[in-house]
Amino acid sequence: MPRVNEKVSYWMLVLPALAIMVCFYILPVLGIWEIAFTEPETGVGNFVKMAGSNAVKTSFVITFRVAAITTVGCLILGYIVAYAISNFATRLTPLMVALVILPFWVSVLIRSFSWIVLLGRSGLVNDALMHAELIERPLRLMHNELGVLIAMIHVMLPFAVLPMLTNMRGISGVYVQAARSLGASEWTSFRQVYFPQTMPGVLSGALLVFVLSLGFFVTPALLGGGRVLMISEYITYQIQEFLNWGLGSALSVVLLVATALVLLIAARFVNLRATLLERK
Amino acid sequence: MNEPILSIKNAVKRYGPVNALDGVNLDVAEGEFLTLLGPSGSGKTTLLSAIAGFIALDEGQLALRSADITGKPPEHRDFGMVFQGYALFPTMTVRENVGFPLKIRKRSASEIEKRVNEALEMVQMSAFADRMPSQLSGGQQQRIALARAMSFDPQILLLDEPLSALDKKLRADLQWELKDLHQKLGVTFIYVTHDQDEALSMSDRIVILKDGAIQQEGDPNTLYDQPRNRFVADFLGKSNFLEAAVVAGSGASFQCETKGAAFTLDTQTPCREGETITLALRPERLRLGLPGEEFVPGTVKQVSYLGERCQVLVTREGGDEFLVSRPTWKTDITPTPGLQVSIGWDADAPVVLAPA
Ligand SMILES: Nc1ncnc2c1ncn2[C@@H]1O[C@H](COP(=O)(O)OP(=O)(O)OP(=O)(O)O)[C@@H](O)[C@H]1O
Ligand SMILES: [Mg+2]
Repeated sequence: MPRVNEKVSYWMLVLPALAIMVCFYILPVLGIWEIAFTEPETGVGNFVKMAGSNAVKTSFVITFRVAAITTVGCLILGYIVAYAISNFATRLTPLMVALVILPFWVSVLIRSFSWIVLLGRSGLVNDALMHAELIERPLRLMHNELGVLIAMIHVMLPFAVLPMLTNMRGISGVYVQAARSLGASEWTSFRQVYFPQTMPGVLSGALLVFVLSLGFFVTPALLGGGRVLMISEYITYQIQEFLNWGLGSALSVVLLVATALVLLIAARFVNLRATLLERK
Repeated sequence: MNEPILSIKNAVKRYGPVNALDGVNLDVAEGEFLTLLGPSGSGKTTLLSAIAGFIALDEGQLALRSADITGKPPEHRDFGMVFQGYALFPTMTVRENVGFPLKIRKRSASEIEKRVNEALEMVQMSAFADRMPSQLSGGQQQRIALARAMSFDPQILLLDEPLSALDKKLRADLQWELKDLHQKLGVTFIYVTHDQDEALSMSDRIVILKDGAIQQEGDPNTLYDQPRNRFVADFLGKSNFLEAAVVAGSGASFQCETKGAAFTLDTQTPCREGETITLALRPERLRLGLPGEEFVPGTVKQVSYLGERCQVLVTREGGDEFLVSRPTWKTDITPTPGLQVSIGWDADAPVVLAPA
């Protein structure tokens, strides 16, 4: 009876991973939901409190703003990189692809610390500018939103480049040739013929970067220096500093729901399956 | 020829050690159906791309009605092009695709509408105007690509193997339609193919390319009947090749000999006594006879029936093989493998080839 055997072996393969997911992810998340509605007392008190808190509102605004600007920044820089890699085949192309992927092998923590070394009061950038006598006093490049954005864009860039690269590599150069033979200038061919074909890649990259940025913790925490409280850091504060498990959990629930909503809306425009599951 | 619409002078294009174009000189007459024919890698696409302006020549000039266009970007050349993969813009509807060149030229909405409808009607695709290209079959996409390339009345239409992705039956239908369209519109067509039948059936003139150089050009009849060299004789249709010694003769008639078989050769090509020449013989110009009836004795090796014609492969002593093509209705001899036969031909059948 091969069918049964197939089923059994399928479940045997899936089960360990599933068990780990359930024990260490699903159950804790459900636990968070429970806490959000039961601590310090049962009801929606945490959510009411949250809605009334200006600090929470500010934090959500910062979170969405940072995520949005990061997304736009990554898209612009990433589009140029992906375009160059896929449209100008040179001996350097493999190196460029490697450079895009390389950051994945270096921990986010190390990359964020590197930015501190670069952007600090007496960091490399300020030092160099002072030496060149372009500025008299160090610029504030970190412990503010600017620093967070610079580092976030750097960390998130590969997530924008890869989907766009996959997409652009599949677009034959013959379309632009066709457009030009029909009378369109280089720029018009790009805008009316090439660019629309890259929209799936752009949307995939945007979604990926935006969703990841919403819940990002390490980089904003390090480069924000406590002054750019994105929601994930705010949650950490509530739980670690104030032991306010109820509010912290409620915030987590809202962040989860907000992210799910973003995905839900995006699903109308992007093939989520291709974006999130079938990445190369 | 009147003033040529397009004139190519000494076009050279190198890719590293490869000469994709090796000094091509070609004049294209207004309104003609010119075919570039050659095997894979012979430089057909390269030549067409140079005409369209997608690649820059390393040497040589292009002129459109005597005006130099060598360095002109493709969008200012005003040539329509049909690509091998059709290259319909996947994000636009059929209507938008066909209207694209008109929109670029800033024509009014009403004119675009009218011209698009005309172009679609011309290729019998009016019913598909609002579909996306991905919802069309290969043949339908081909028609749209054609409509798009013609909608702005280009000076010249360039076609790169437009039918090669289609199945045989459809290809034959579209060949007729293309030829029809060419006659109706009177636009100059430059057509690339590696399919010799396609070239023979459609073209006013064929240019045969090999290794980036023109081997021969002429109308289909001339090329078929008077191939200049072995490559052309072999590439366009089938040919038998034969080495023969010129024994005697002068002017246009010679006595020749091949491995003991003597025959007369009538040709306009000057030959010298004592010279060894290479002859090309079309299979359908060979006669098959019983032993002794004709002048080259041989043995039937293989027979294959192709419907209205039947091909017989005959070996003669010494190993030469002759392919003879006979109408199937001829029943004077029933060739079967092993049968002793003889082969002959008319004095004007062989073509003297240029030495390789
Ligand atoms: N971009 C390129 N880089 C290097 N070599 C090239 C390039 N394009 C063409 N070639 C070479 O130039 C020669 C002519 O190529 P071309 O594409 O013109 O051939 P073709 O006649 O169109 O062949 P096919 O029938 O296969 O399409 C080939 O030897 C090819 O390898
Ligand atoms: Mg080609």
